[in-house]
Amino acid sequence: MSNKKYWQNFGDLTDSERFQQAAQNEFQEELLPLAELDGKGILDAATPRRDFLKYLGFSTAAAALAASCNTPVKKSVPYLNRPDDVTPGIANYYASTYVNGGDAIAVVVKQRDGRPIKIEGNELSSVTKGGTSAQSQASVLDLYDPTRLRHPLQKNGSDYKEVTSFEVFDKMIATAVAGLGGKSIVLLTATVNSPSTLQVISEFLAKYPGSRHVQYDAVSSSGMLLANELSYGKKALPSYHFDKAKTIVSLGADFLGTWVSPTEFSKQYAENRKVKSNKPELSRHIHFESMMSMTGSNADDRYTHKPSQTGAIALALLAKLGGAVTAPAIADKKLQAGIDKTAAVLNATKGSALVVCGSNDVNIQVVVNAINEAIGANGTTINWGSTTNSRKGIDAEMVQLVNEMNTGTVGGLFIYDCNPAYSFTDSKKFIDGLAKVPVSVSFNGTMDETTEQCKYVLPSHHWLESWGDAEPKTGFVSLLQPAINPLFKTRPYQTSLLKWAGNPSDYETYYKTYWATKLGSVANWDKALQDGVIEGTGTLTLAPLVSSGAYNGGALTAAAAKIATIKSGTYEVVLYEKISIGNGAQANNPWLQEVPDPITKVTWDNYAMVSPGFAKTLLNLNVAGNQREADNYEVHPEKPMLKITVNGRVLELPALIIPGLDNSTVAIAVGYGRTSANKDLALERTGRAAVGAGQNAYPFVTSDGTTFLYSAAAAVEKSALAAYPLAQTQVHGFTEDRPVIYETNLASYIANPKAMLAEATHEREVVLMPHGKTDYVKDATIYPDFVKPGIKWGMSIDLNTCTGCSACVVACTAENNVSVVGKIQVQRAHEMHWLRIDRYFTGDLENPDVVFQPMLCQHCDNAPCENVCPVAATNHSSEGLNQMTYNRCIGTRYCANNCPYKVRRFNWLDYNGSDSFADNQKPLVGTDMNEVVLQMNDDLTRMVLNPDVTVRGRGVIEKCSFCVQRLQESKLDAKKAQDPSLVRNVKVACSQACPSDCISFGNVNDPESEVSKARKDATRNFYVLEQLHVLPNVSYLAKIRNTDRQIGHEEEMHEGVPTPEVKEAEHAPAH
Amino acid sequence: MLIVCGFPVLFLQPSKDISPLLSLITTDMSRYRKIINKLFASFLFIAVFSINNNARAQDGEALFKSKCASCHKVDKDFTGPALQGWSSRIPSPDWIYKWIASPAKMIATDPYAKQLADKWKPSVMTAFPELKKEEIDAILAFVDAPVKTPPPGETPGGAPANDNSLWYGILTLVLALVAFILLQVNSNLRKLSDDKEGVFRGEPVPFYRNKTYLMTGILLLFTMSGYFFVNGAIGLGRHKNYQPEQPIYYSHKVHAGVNQISCLYCHGSAQDSKHAGIPSVNVCMNCHMAIKEYGGDKIFKEDGTEVNGTEEIQKLYKYAGWNPATAKYNPDNNGDGTPDGAKPIEWVKIHNLPDHVYFNHSQHVKVGKQQCQTCHGNIQEMPEVYQASELSMGWCINCHRETKVDFNSDSTGNKFYSIYEKFHKDLKNNKMDSVTVEHIGGTECQKCHY
Repeated sequence: MSNKKYWQNFGDLTDSERFQQAAQNEFQEELLPLAELDGKGILDAATPRRDFLKYLGFSTAAAALAASCNTPVKKSVPYLNRPDDVTPGIANYYASTYVNGGDAIAVVVKQRDGRPIKIEGNELSSVTKGGTSAQSQASVLDLYDPTRLRHPLQKNGSDYKEVTSFEVFDKMIATAVAGLGGKSIVLLTATVNSPSTLQVISEFLAKYPGSRHVQYDAVSSSGMLLANELSYGKKALPSYHFDKAKTIVSLGADFLGTWVSPTEFSKQYAENRKVKSNKPELSRHIHFESMMSMTGSNADDRYTHKPSQTGAIALALLAKLGGAVTAPAIADKKLQAGIDKTAAVLNATKGSALVVCGSNDVNIQVVVNAINEAIGANGTTINWGSTTNSRKGIDAEMVQLVNEMNTGTVGGLFIYDCNPAYSFTDSKKFIDGLAKVPVSVSFNGTMDETTEQCKYVLPSHHWLESWGDAEPKTGFVSLLQPAINPLFKTRPYQTSLLKWAGNPSDYETYYKTYWATKLGSVANWDKALQDGVIEGTGTLTLAPLVSSGAYNGGALTAAAAKIATIKSGTYEVVLYEKISIGNGAQANNPWLQEVPDPITKVTWDNYAMVSPGFAKTLLNLNVAGNQREADNYEVHPEKPMLKITVNGRVLELPALIIPGLDNSTVAIAVGYGRTSANKDLALERTGRAAVGAGQNAYPFVTSDGTTFLYSAAAAVEKSALAAYPLAQTQVHGFTEDRPVIYETNLASYIANPKAMLAEATHEREVVLMPHGKTDYVKDATIYPDFVKPGIKWGMSIDLNTCTGCSACVVACTAENNVSVVGKIQVQRAHEMHWLRIDRYFTGDLENPDVVFQPMLCQHCDNAPCENVCPVAATNHSSEGLNQMTYNRCIGTRYCANNCPYKVRRFNWLDYNGSDSFADNQKPLVGTDMNEVVLQMNDDLTRMVLNPDVTVRGRGVIEKCSFCVQRLQESKLDAKKAQDPSLVRNVKVACSQACPSDCISFGNVNDPESEVSKARKDATRNFYVLEQLHVLPNVSYLAKIRNTDRQIGHEEEMHEGVPTPEVKEAEHAPAH
Repeated sequence: MLIVCGFPVLFLQPSKDISPLLSLITTDMSRYRKIINKLFASFLFIAVFSINNNARAQDGEALFKSKCASCHKVDKDFTGPALQGWSSRIPSPDWIYKWIASPAKMIATDPYAKQLADKWKPSVMTAFPELKKEEIDAILAFVDAPVKTPPPGETPGGAPANDNSLWYGILTLVLALVAFILLQVNSNLRKLSDDKEGVFRGEPVPFYRNKTYLMTGILLLFTMSGYFFVNGAIGLGRHKNYQPEQPIYYSHKVHAGVNQISCLYCHGSAQDSKHAGIPSVNVCMNCHMAIKEYGGDKIFKEDGTEVNGTEEIQKLYKYAGWNPATAKYNPDNNGDGTPDGAKPIEWVKIHNLPDHVYFNHSQHVKVGKQQCQTCHGNIQEMPEVYQASELSMGWCINCHRETKVDFNSDSTGNKFYSIYEKFHKDLKNNKMDSVTVEHIGGTECQKCHY
């Protein structure tokens, strides 16, 4: 066992030879078709010389042919009547709101020449404060999803036929509804938090007596809603204030990733996670969970347990805090110690502590309410003055609806924004019931699993085409306005409901009137629309800052009794949502599918996440202790399969071994395995990105009779199926043990702030001291020091606040036209992301600490890549940018080889479709390329491309450009305004998207810039691989954890220090 | 000497009995030399003259277009007389220079000038005192032998036909032929002389099997094909002088030249956006609702056909959906928000940059304060627009190297540049005399390619 401080996977940890080899082979050539060369040289290869000559001849002829074609005549077609607010080439920004079920994020839509191309956070919103999520960033691509329905449809046998107009459709529905004969009508939607829509719905329901509205969340918070009804008399969720909490305890709530309102919470959380060197203070985050979640990986202290123990832990905590409950026995000593410590910390910070719980069990949530009451959270960190409206679905209502559908009492089912045929645990029962409903109408935008079972389909607009509003928190309204004319013949479902309720007005008019009345005047409304948010203006009063709810502890005893009856299993399954795919609604979004999961770094699939201990017992794989077994497991993308059975439902999934899970738990992400009932039409209906990605885990959702539960006892065994490949990006671009991360705990930092970076400082001094020099930048090199006379761009990334949420990764993809390569290519380490988030494990193997490090081109001033380019396609600008010129690149990849950060990406294939050769990608599909690449090259999808950024062709290197198009734009604005302060802080795509503000960017030559200020903190500011003297322009702020534990094996660190150098020396000849 | 006199030897076959012929040659040597000298000189003269002449005609074309073309055509009467055949009409060779310098003076004094003025009344020849004699010669040379610029679309990748390569080529060929003949003569003569002196010499190798000739030929072919290949490749995608036919014969000369409409009136977004933008039809209609007929000087296309300006305005009305009879827009019966029958004009884009080039008009117009003409040529004198500049990277870079940035540290300079403290210091200390675009990074890759 090595004494590694930071490791990325088990091959890395055990330091096996084959892993070293694999890591050195950056481009993994053995996976290429060139494999047949077999090291024998081109003439002896299976592809003989004649073939080589044939290819040579063909490519010369093709190039000559392509070059000699007549230049096409281009047309330039101006407007007939140019709208005042459109100047071709200049982007317009419209405030709107990203809405996906109950999630709502106030955003600003960048619209260029009539096309929305980028989503930014709206800084005027006091809820999300300009933060975004990976899903909201990616949602602009959903607008151009080729699977979107293009007109209203009516079922015709097994197929659908187009309904020619909305009027015809309205008449059809009117006739159908008239013939229902008193059967009830149900409107089934995801959580609706739009005030005007709720009013529309109430009008609609009033028109049809006996009808009702059922809200259904694929992953629900019913448990909390019902528990709050018991404890506070309100079937609602309160607002949480993580920014006011000094102690945050989470019992399995992924509040930074997927729980309730993650973007809002990320902002709040980051506020207390930023370290100011003059006054180092941090909130303390303690996390109890069964799996390794993104939020858990950010915790200062983390404890693992069986999913069935969640209630017991809550009870134990409550008992320790003086609650009138008996603490159940907890066998695990570590866990018990954790509970004791947590209780002590909570006790010490009463009034500024918060406990949240991700369980959907009402009883557990009742206990959590009691804990929050005991620590004085109610009224301080929990605010009942404004409720959170992101989840309103009550599971029992949905169960009842499905039962009624099956008994035939439901006459009409109008479905919007939910997909129970996929996400309902007993989807067969739902589909059977739906067949018995005489009038089934889907307003969903695509032909999803539910829509294809409906008799009538009237697709609604995408949110970017819609008017509307959302109230994610009571009193905080966020408005929607269309950023593009509807692409297809679609109609807002609100308009349909209004028409069918006999109201002749359309939703747009209705909505405008609604708000103009509420706000007092059209002028007020116009202003609100421009801002995108309404917070305490007009007749709305701002919710009181924080107020408490009237607590009633009556339900506690019963809840505690019920918790005691929860049975545990030998193995247990826990279901979770990924930050990218979420509940599966955006599964056909290639950007989201290709975002690596923050923890597992797997793309395009779900899997059974298990611990090394689990793998050892069940798969007989000792990945942590045995080099050979670690090799067998890590070096190949194929992972052994597990057969998991819950309630008689079976899934066979590849096992992914991740440290830090409970040893009897299997964690599976929902949202995958989308497909169509008609397999032949799956690509067309579900989409080329979604089909084939993972398997559906929703059938594993169980019920305790009140709510759906996302964990259950399971039978797990080794599957007989062949190993299944997972496209994992981790250790692509491996740094070979060089120290890249520095961290410490808060107490050590306060005691000796300089100790954390002592190693780096020491290295600098070693280089300089013998020569009596002091300036590392100028004196430690033989290269001249090039001045940056005007601007010098630089970035600073705070590792303390980076949560790994990957919003930046998607933002970068959207801003820079980064190609989607598909699963096969990711497997070959050919992913194109300019910005990746490296995840490092450190410390205890059973329960390691995790560090996230966003890694992008460091724009080194002494860049190793620049020196080796034979054609000077990459060189340095006078503003400190490492420039990449695609049109000059000939694809030698020397630069990528020479990059110590492994951030350069090579276009192995023509991911974007060459115009000169039509259909040139098709022959590759299946063997080298996934269908999704064709989806990305659809004429519709291509509308998302940023026209200011070149789309790269095959055979060139690309990498982060620091969003040079934005830098150029900011300089142009500054020159026009003759104001240099406009280039002080520039928002590049990643820094703008970040919900925790961990990236600052700007002009380093300006001492007033954010990045200059961030770099002033010498005790935390470091450059990755600084000792190479490449002089990066990206600096990092070291991570500090608020824990009593020593971070990163401090005692081993001293032994560990020389290791990298020794290794370098050993490896030197091999390079 | 042998070389010069050897011309007829070419026709000789080496024979055993050569003495009479040899004597003939030796006796007539001086006569042949003269002939050859003359021939050679005339060749050279023709070649040199034609090249020279051609080169001047190039400038002449540009001058003609900028100075004369508004009133004169080469081969047709226009506002002024057709210029072709001028030399046969003028009374004395230097008359033309005087006339161009000061027509008014000539009308007053010279009878032919008076006659001309009377014929073309009321138009009066504009004076061009600034034109130098050589420039006038160039114009006149062009007028005598106008070189038509072919539309670039027709010769894709090829070298433009109006350059000198053809002449050079012919000259080279002729010279090569001469050299070849002379070498043959030389070799034959040597054989003869060797035979005479009794030195044994093998049969000369015929030229088509001579390795030196073959190698030279191959090398020549390689160099030439390489030259054309490289030139062709560089020319790919470059379309200088591209002048496509547009859906409406829109004359920039009439609008920007004669009527002095500011470029930015129609291309306003050049100040704000990366695109200069082609004005939407409603911008045209701002003026053309009132201006229904063309009443200016006659407009002629490049090929000499006359353009009916009023008809072109009618075309605009069609596009705009405007009814000139009622002076109203057509009603919008089909409900698409525009007058019925209206449709946008599909102009042919002339200035095309490759996809990997980012060019921003506002950067150049607003910040760099460049005139449109810097890149687009004398647009106000173009009847129909053509691409005046090469729009190649070298062309861009050259300008960036030479153009000075508004760095004045007094109040007139752009205050953004105040952050370039080093340059301001250097300017003050006279280490630099000016800051060019290149100094602030204007020739770096990612200023235009990203």
